[in-house]
Amino acid sequence: MTTSTPDSRRRIYTRPQTLVDRSTHFCPGCGHGIIHRVVAEQLDEMHLTPRTVGVASVGCSVFLYDYLAVDVVESPHGRAPAVATGVRRVRPDAFVFTYQGDGDLAAIGTAEIVHAAARGEQISVIFVNNGIYGMTGGQLAPTTPLGERTSSSPTGRDARQAGYPIPITEMLALLPGVAYAARGSIADPAWIGKTKAMLKRAFEAQLAGEGFSIVEILSTCPVGWGLTPVESMEHVARDVVQTYPLGVLKDRPQARTANAPEG
Amino acid sequence: MTGSPELLAAPTPLAQPIHPVLMKGNEAMAEAAIQAGCDAYFGYPITPQAEILEWMARRMPELGRTFVQAESELGAINMALGAASTGARVLVSSSGPGISLMAEAMSYMAGSELPMVLINVMRGGPGLGSIGPAQSDYFQATKGHGHGDYRVPVLAPASIAEAMALVADAFELAERYRTPVMILADGVIGQMMEPVDPTYRTPPRRSADWALTGADDRPPRAVRSLQLQPEALEAHGRRLQAKFATIAECEVRWAGEQLEDAEIVIVAYGTSARVARTAIERAREDGLRVGLFRPITLWPFPSAALSAVAADRRAILVVEMSSGQMLEDVRLAIDGGFPIFFHGRTGGMVPTPGDVVEAARQAWAATGPDDEPDPLSLIELGERSSVVTR
Ligand SMILES: Cc1ncc(C[n+]2csc(CCOP(=O)(O)OP(=O)(O)O)c2C)c(N)n1
Ligand code: SF4
Repeated sequence: MTTSTPDSRRRIYTRPQTLVDRSTHFCPGCGHGIIHRVVAEQLDEMHLTPRTVGVASVGCSVFLYDYLAVDVVESPHGRAPAVATGVRRVRPDAFVFTYQGDGDLAAIGTAEIVHAAARGEQISVIFVNNGIYGMTGGQLAPTTPLGERTSSSPTGRDARQAGYPIPITEMLALLPGVAYAARGSIADPAWIGKTKAMLKRAFEAQLAGEGFSIVEILSTCPVGWGLTPVESMEHVARDVVQTYPLGVLKDRPQARTANAPEG
Repeated sequence: MTGSPELLAAPTPLAQPIHPVLMKGNEAMAEAAIQAGCDAYFGYPITPQAEILEWMARRMPELGRTFVQAESELGAINMALGAASTGARVLVSSSGPGISLMAEAMSYMAGSELPMVLINVMRGGPGLGSIGPAQSDYFQATKGHGHGDYRVPVLAPASIAEAMALVADAFELAERYRTPVMILADGVIGQMMEPVDPTYRTPPRRSADWALTGADDRPPRAVRSLQLQPEALEAHGRRLQAKFATIAECEVRWAGEQLEDAEIVIVAYGTSARVARTAIERAREDGLRVGLFRPITLWPFPSAALSAVAADRRAILVVEMSSGQMLEDVRLAIDGGFPIFFHGRTGGMVPTPGDVVEAARQAWAATGPDDEPDPLSLIELGERSSVVTR
């Protein structure tokens, strides 16, 4: 007969070392907290923290440096891919990621993300798509699904007035400089696990010099959406995925030289 | 000799060319940056500075350093922001329309105290304006660019040799004070060729205990400008202002020529100062005692020096390739009670020495003992000059 002692118990769930032990400013049910945790876990598992430079964007995630125990530079709104380019080009040994919201990446920063991808910059982009401008009070984002109400589309997004949601990760996947593009979600535990695996693959692409990698993560903004945290998760799993189907969009595992991206 | 890339491509990267060489301003500034130890250059084509980008496109990869032609000036300066955050020595360059786009990141870099050297080879504005030389970005350089409460040192070269020396100085200032530094050149300085005896300088590196190098065996670092707490931002602002006060106290530069007996003092920088120099020779041949006060730092403006120099003179004549921008700083420095005249050309036009002599002569005539200028009047002098008192 064996008795359970503290020594024989296996710890299966702890705070990742790279996740700072403090409470966050995120609203209850916000997806950013989960995504921060998954990123921290992945950095830990790949032992990347000591060589990481993160690029914080402008949005609810700007305080990245308060929550992740890595070096972080704060970027102007939308410019994170350019900032990351500068970091990575002068520090080829660094592991560089950007953490960007959908307003940041798919509206004001469209030129920067497209051209960083086109150049095949060796950076990994964590693209948090909550379909809304969280930080400024829940306005329409370029990614807002049709029909969704926001504070600047009070009767729901109407394509005639506000155009269509941008599937920007699909667009980026077309570019030869992009090694890996995928879309995950934090709407349920299974997808959180799959999203973490996507991050792993994206980070590996950078480490192997394969090119630009991006993981779009469908996230929640209960406050901006006017839903409870649970309703928000259900909304992503049931509705948002209709506009933004989950899965790997591109995986080009072989390392390519910069001059022959398509081999 | 020519200023072509081949002649300057020294066999060993940091070798000094022995002979005086004919160099184009833009290329000379680019090479000076390289010799000053510039690790990375980011740019976007625009006239009249495209040669800087082209020079760097060839030289930087050759030396194993970083060159990226960005998708826009927004891209370029934000790449610079990223590179600078790791402690790299970074150069960007542009002209008016591009500098306007760079204004956003200038503000971020001033706020998060990142060193960088930015060359503005000024062209005519506003808007797309012209590609001709101008000095119409003085306000933007010394008072403006981005949002927020900050200053950036601005250095104005009047020759290619000086431009080269100032590039090295700019890197040193940028790192000493952890601030962007602007070289404010104009299309003439950028485009002309001049024989120079290049004396390159590589400022020593400072240890950057703030640079993002990976949190390996040390606590993580953040390069940031966001301070949501008003108390924190005010404290940060006070620290920045203290730094600006130190710069204003310690880094003022100006040059004087023929000031000893001068009754009319021309205040001009960059290309305008070169024109003034010729005008002064001609005026003196005619018995008109004119001298030159040439600000080299436009911020900090050499106010105290100018005010001291101006005492007991007959008049000040400001010459600019603008409608009168530095003029405002001259007025502030003189602080009333003294006649200040202005001669400006704009839109890509460069003042001629003859025009400047004429403006000096009229300033002289207007300030004779029997002919006091009406302090409230704005009298047209010749075609483009006007008396401006206070
Ligand atoms: C140049 C500029 N324009 C506008 C803003 C205001 N602003 C701050 S965050 C933000 C949008 C953030 O939305 P998103 O990127 O989707 O991130 P979220 O807050 O939803 O996580 C905007 C427009 C700004 N900071 N800078
Ligand atoms: S506003 Fe939305 S995105 Fe921002 S912290 Fe709150 S829930 Fe998260």
